[in-house]
Amino acid sequence: MPERLLCTVSDLSDKTAKICEVDGVEIGVIRHKGDIVAYKNVCPHQGGPVCEGLKMPQVCVELDDQQRTLRQTFNEDELHFVCPWHGWEFKIATGEAVGDPKYKMKRYNVVERGGEVYVEV
Amino acid sequence: MSLTGNTMNYSSDNDPAIQEFNTSKLLKNARKQAEDRNYKDFFICDVDSHHYETEALPEILQYMDDPVMRHLGLSAGNVGRAGLIPQAIGSQDMAGRVTRYAGRNKEIVPEEPHRDITLARRWMDAMGTDMACLFPTPMLLLATHPQVEVEVAMARAYNRWLSERILEEDNRLVSMVYLPMNEPHEAEKMIDEFAEKKGVVGFLSTGYLKRPVHDSANMRIYAKLEEHGMPLGFHAAYHWADTSLAQLNKFISVHALGFSFCNIIHMTNWVMNGMPERFPKLKTMWIESGLAWVPFLMQRLDNEYMMRTSDAPLLKKKPSDYMREMFYSTQPMELVDNREALEVTFKMINAESQLLYSSDYPHWDMDLPSTIYDLPFLDEKAKRSILGGNAQKLFNLDPVMSEWKLEANGKG
Repeated sequence: MPERLLCTVSDLSDKTAKICEVDGVEIGVIRHKGDIVAYKNVCPHQGGPVCEGLKMPQVCVELDDQQRTLRQTFNEDELHFVCPWHGWEFKIATGEAVGDPKYKMKRYNVVERGGEVYVEV
Repeated sequence: MSLTGNTMNYSSDNDPAIQEFNTSKLLKNARKQAEDRNYKDFFICDVDSHHYETEALPEILQYMDDPVMRHLGLSAGNVGRAGLIPQAIGSQDMAGRVTRYAGRNKEIVPEEPHRDITLARRWMDAMGTDMACLFPTPMLLLATHPQVEVEVAMARAYNRWLSERILEEDNRLVSMVYLPMNEPHEAEKMIDEFAEKKGVVGFLSTGYLKRPVHDSANMRIYAKLEEHGMPLGFHAAYHWADTSLAQLNKFISVHALGFSFCNIIHMTNWVMNGMPERFPKLKTMWIESGLAWVPFLMQRLDNEYMMRTSDAPLLKKKPSDYMREMFYSTQPMELVDNREALEVTFKMINAESQLLYSSDYPHWDMDLPSTIYDLPFLDEKAKRSILGGNAQKLFNLDPVMSEWKLEANGKG
């Protein structure tokens, strides 16, 4: 599969996605838990720039032993891209929508070589 | 005691997602949709979009007749918002996740034209929208203000400001201006003052009212609208203090139900009290409740009407027959996993002639024109009618195409 250069490894952070353009298509690339992941910067909902939104952790609810709500918490082990247009959230690890995994961000295979980051297109 | 910060700067001012903000950049993918779908070839009108009028409150208050109330508004701690316009509880921006709320104040605009015109043009040009019907935001709850004299004074000042500073200045912006339904004789005066103003294409009833829409005190309002040939819009709003909605504990719940519930109440009163028979020339548009409520209500009312026609003696046909003659705005259109239901809904409301595209931009649940254009069960003619043609007819618009479309067609 042909590869296209996105950026150098040193361009990347785990705070925010770097937006690169390949053949007129924007791709967001970010470090995540030791990996480098890349997704098309188009939300499967209405087309928003999903990789450019906030990165937010999963919201959870803690219940007591009688199923009563204790409090809400953030789970920072599961981070999400949040589409800035409407708030649809996607797991950065898989690209699946939190509300229904059949909605997925388009993911690219990433190749890291010689300090540079390539995607297979 | 030390303060707990957001360790990852979630939606803080330092978050890269909102360090800079520009509407055109945020909506660059919308512009691509507009170009890919050849929106340059036809007219698009958005019948429900918004600005944040409280950002211009000091300007608006200059148009207020009552100097004491103007002083109240200008002297309050946060430029009078809490005193004159009810504040809604609810995280519209999802705690910062929808970044245009936090980014809005950072957007740089030129000194001229008015900031609201520049911002509107940026999102309109991105989406491929040629003309837009502009409505306020916090004032959607103005009808719940406990002081009816404040509602009237704010409404008049806002309408005058909107007319002079926005509608007079931009041919692509129109509005159905605020009607203080809680004070009928003032609403009548408002119609006389604004019906002939440039860019005024109708009048708007907002949210929950203190008196039901069929109250006898309102009849002269409807007669006057009919005389002027002006449509009446019912723009829904949620009101968390409503006794039914007050049982809901989450914003998502009150928002999902409240907007539809608001128009379900008004529509039920409107139809069952025979308002379409009393004012057959008055056109009504039902705004921002989505679409799923319409088939629900048609079925419920028809079923009960056939058993209890004596309860609604003014009706000469089934409730759904009246509802099918009214107009509806599209947003927020129910879009998830319901294609068949949506197709049935479009048939039940005669969408090709009665449905009008709306974005609700910049609010969090906005819809792009592609929500209509990409529906596989609509042909090109129906798409163009819903996206612009129906609004052109209802509002008797002289279409003004956006500059980029004119340039793309070699007419710029």
